[in-house]
Amino acid sequence: MSDTAAADTAVDQHLPESLDRVIIRFAGDSGDGMQLTGDRFTSASALLGNDLATMPDFPAEIRAPAGTLAGVSAFQVQISDHEITTPGDAPNVLVAMNPAALRAELERLELGGTLLVNTDAFDDRNLTKAGYRTNPLEDGSLKRYTVYEVPMTTLTKQAVAELGVKPRDAERSKNFFALGLVTWMYTRPVAPTLDWIENRFGAKPLVRDANLAAFKAGHAFGETAELFDHPYEIKPAELRPGMYTNINGNTALAWGLIAAGQLAHLPIFLGSYPITPASDILHELSRHKGFGVRTLQAEDEIAGIGAALGAAFGGHLGITTTSGPGLALKSETMGLAVSLELPLLIIDVQRGGPSTGLPTKTEAADLLQAMYGRHGESPLPIVAAFSPSHCFAAAIEAARIALKYRTPVMLLSDGYLANGTEPWRLPDESDLADISVPFATDTNHVDGDGNPEFWPYLRDPETLARPWAIPGTPGLMHRIGGIEKEDGTGNISYDPANHERMVHLRADKVAGIAGDIPLLEVEGDVDDAGLLVLGWGSTWGAIGGAVDRCRARGAKVARAHLVHLNPFPRNLGDVIRRYPRVLVPEMNLGQLVKMVRADFLVDARSVTKVRGVPFTAGELEAAMLKELGDA
Amino acid sequence: MTTTSETAVSDVAVDAPTTTRRDWVSDQEVRWCPGCGDYSILSAVQMLMPELGVPRENTVFVSGIGCAARFPYYMSTYGMHSIHGRAPAIATGLAMAREDLDVWIVTGDGDALSIGGNHLIHALRRNVNLTILLFNNQIYGLTKGQYSPTSELGKVTKSTPFGSLDHPFNPVSLALGAEATFVARTHDMDRAHMMEMFRRAHAHRGAAFVEVYQNCNVFNDGAFEAITAKGNRESMLIPLVHGRPIRFGPDAERGVVLDGQGRARIVDVADVGEAAILVHDEAREEPGLAFMLSRLSGGPSEPTPVGVFRAIDRPDYGTETTRQLDAARSAAKGATITSLLRSRPTWTVGSGAPGSGVE
Repeated sequence: MSDTAAADTAVDQHLPESLDRVIIRFAGDSGDGMQLTGDRFTSASALLGNDLATMPDFPAEIRAPAGTLAGVSAFQVQISDHEITTPGDAPNVLVAMNPAALRAELERLELGGTLLVNTDAFDDRNLTKAGYRTNPLEDGSLKRYTVYEVPMTTLTKQAVAELGVKPRDAERSKNFFALGLVTWMYTRPVAPTLDWIENRFGAKPLVRDANLAAFKAGHAFGETAELFDHPYEIKPAELRPGMYTNINGNTALAWGLIAAGQLAHLPIFLGSYPITPASDILHELSRHKGFGVRTLQAEDEIAGIGAALGAAFGGHLGITTTSGPGLALKSETMGLAVSLELPLLIIDVQRGGPSTGLPTKTEAADLLQAMYGRHGESPLPIVAAFSPSHCFAAAIEAARIALKYRTPVMLLSDGYLANGTEPWRLPDESDLADISVPFATDTNHVDGDGNPEFWPYLRDPETLARPWAIPGTPGLMHRIGGIEKEDGTGNISYDPANHERMVHLRADKVAGIAGDIPLLEVEGDVDDAGLLVLGWGSTWGAIGGAVDRCRARGAKVARAHLVHLNPFPRNLGDVIRRYPRVLVPEMNLGQLVKMVRADFLVDARSVTKVRGVPFTAGELEAAMLKELGDA
Repeated sequence: MTTTSETAVSDVAVDAPTTTRRDWVSDQEVRWCPGCGDYSILSAVQMLMPELGVPRENTVFVSGIGCAARFPYYMSTYGMHSIHGRAPAIATGLAMAREDLDVWIVTGDGDALSIGGNHLIHALRRNVNLTILLFNNQIYGLTKGQYSPTSELGKVTKSTPFGSLDHPFNPVSLALGAEATFVARTHDMDRAHMMEMFRRAHAHRGAAFVEVYQNCNVFNDGAFEAITAKGNRESMLIPLVHGRPIRFGPDAERGVVLDGQGRARIVDVADVGEAAILVHDEAREEPGLAFMLSRLSGGPSEPTPVGVFRAIDRPDYGTETTRQLDAARSAAKGATITSLLRSRPTWTVGSGAPGSGVE
């Protein structure tokens, strides 16, 4: 059967029913290939023109014991025919490859939702491992759902039998059977997946053929088995015209860094130590040496930032990437960078903490560490990305500030942004502004005898940035270090008045950046809202969804989202004071809300979640309505 | 011996303006204790610089924390006085980013072997193009007299009133264990020898490590006197000279042999005959013999080898990094932000029907 024939027949025999959106969650054992299955389904949907958002959710262990709850790996995707900003609240469809996946994920499924179950995995051993005393497929406990029981393993084995694949290997292709079935159910194009399998497994013909056979068998099963009335379709979304790609936050961030290097006309140096969920930025940048990107997998987190700072001294765009525990290790070097006043990007892809915490789960609890996690008065600007694709622009903005003000800049992302994907309308290269800054090439002072000399801490009066004079520049030899420096000359100084002046100068320099960032924009019921929802980071999508729902119910709600967390946009105080109530949703126990209350003396309220997964729009809708109801 | 890198250095010398020692002295007041061994090391470095022929602006001294770490302030070059132990990491980034620079690290026994031990061994194993001078005074000076990772067992200090229980590091053994490509030892009482070791280290392409025995006259005075005092040197220092039998003593009456068990041992030449004396080969690829030489002495009260233990050729990290970069650059000719953004599957939403995907 040819690929196109498969799709055509499907349309002929069953007229698809149109849906405006669907949320599907693929769940199975860590070894079942659920991330790949979800990813392929997403790609096919993206190429079809749907809007979408995804959320991988996997355990920290590479392979937790098979069949256990700890080993369940899941991937959620929402696809729609209109613009969306989250991977959705409760899934409409749950694909459960084994009892553990069913048990771990069922509570998320909407009541009456569709369950697609691999019945072959529901044997006594797996049921026991998952903690089931009776088989949920038989004990009536699933009667509130629409259950489709499919012996996926058996059907996969049958499909690949004639290829001569060993049964054990055959079983590995069952995720492609599931993918084929769901592809049929939602009338996704088959060609992109077939092409992908051909390319990906081309070097292993037997694996390639088994996966192709399993995928086709799954698709054919949907079409021919009398199990399903008809497939569904989700029409392309009416997105803004342009070229799109589906991207996750880590890739967008890495590309943003490469673009920043190009826009600054500087080579890039990344010093990094592998850490979940930030490692993919190191991986991606390591592939792009053609853009003049040097990457060092350092011996530890401290060396990562140290090497980046050394490269910055040498005139490169120095970058280090990490997650929370690594950020803690970099604190001392960040303090040195504040003192040296060199450009440096510190990228923290936040995860659940403290300590090792939840390495693969998302949280945004490093804001106060970013803000205050150094000794002494040690301010640095903070930029936070709010969506996977926004990581691109956020990286360029962080680099712009670092270069212009000669300061370390913290860029915050999180595990959800890092791995979540969304379609991204590609920016036009000509719209990206140049962010280059000149190196110092001449002396800037005259000594008592009239001889020209170079003062490394003589500041630009407007930005308060000091000159960036890189080694190799004749006549500008100078020494810098972590000991307090004399204002202007940069010589060692223990003078109390000078120290106070330098502390203020460093603080004023960072505070002054407020004049160089956009004003905070308010959306929604700007003029008459009873509630302002103020967010930062990856809560952006869920806040947007929740605000839309509240307003659809007639509630008056406005929302604003911070990209710059230090300094704040200069109108933040005015915006906050304009509304009777302010609610701050955060993936921590209330860190931005502390900063806002301290800075503006307003009774901002907090709604928090630290469960390793993002807020759903439904949760925030309830919190907003409650806040309005309390008024 | 790396003849190629020495050639490279003399190439630079052709363009560099002639300088004198004074040109390398900064305007900053030197603030070490009077009588500190650091003065003579600083002086040796400043005297050596003009003859190396490298422009001052292409020279960078990077340090961590400690007495030795103040060194960059006194050199009229580019410099960074960074944080405790991290100089090798910072210098690695600088040297990788800027192959055109001459990057020196000045460090101490606490800075390099305690808080920064990890960075030191990794800079050595990667063979980053750095010249590393470790001033070993076997004590913490700046924090005023605690024992260091090179202090002898039983050392009584403020933090070890009952004697240190810590087995000390031998810095040369450590560097050889990390497979450093250039390892040498010298001491602060012999300017000519220091200059020769620094000259050799500088000429080496890759990570060059020089341990400098340095007297702390305030907290550990005379720690090396038994071997470095003028009257003691001949009988207590074992000069390692490439291609020469390893002999020492006023009449070269003592020497080093490999004994029946494969160990390096000090003997009277008269007992074994001149032909049995080990001939030093610094270029030996395998570091085991150099390591044995480093173990001849259990500390600066016994006859101790000085000179170049090891000098071998191995591609340096910066050169290799640049090689990969250049290859990638020519393969990616014409790459732009736009081509990067379109490097994954894309689709077009037009004014009409959605476009088809592009793999």
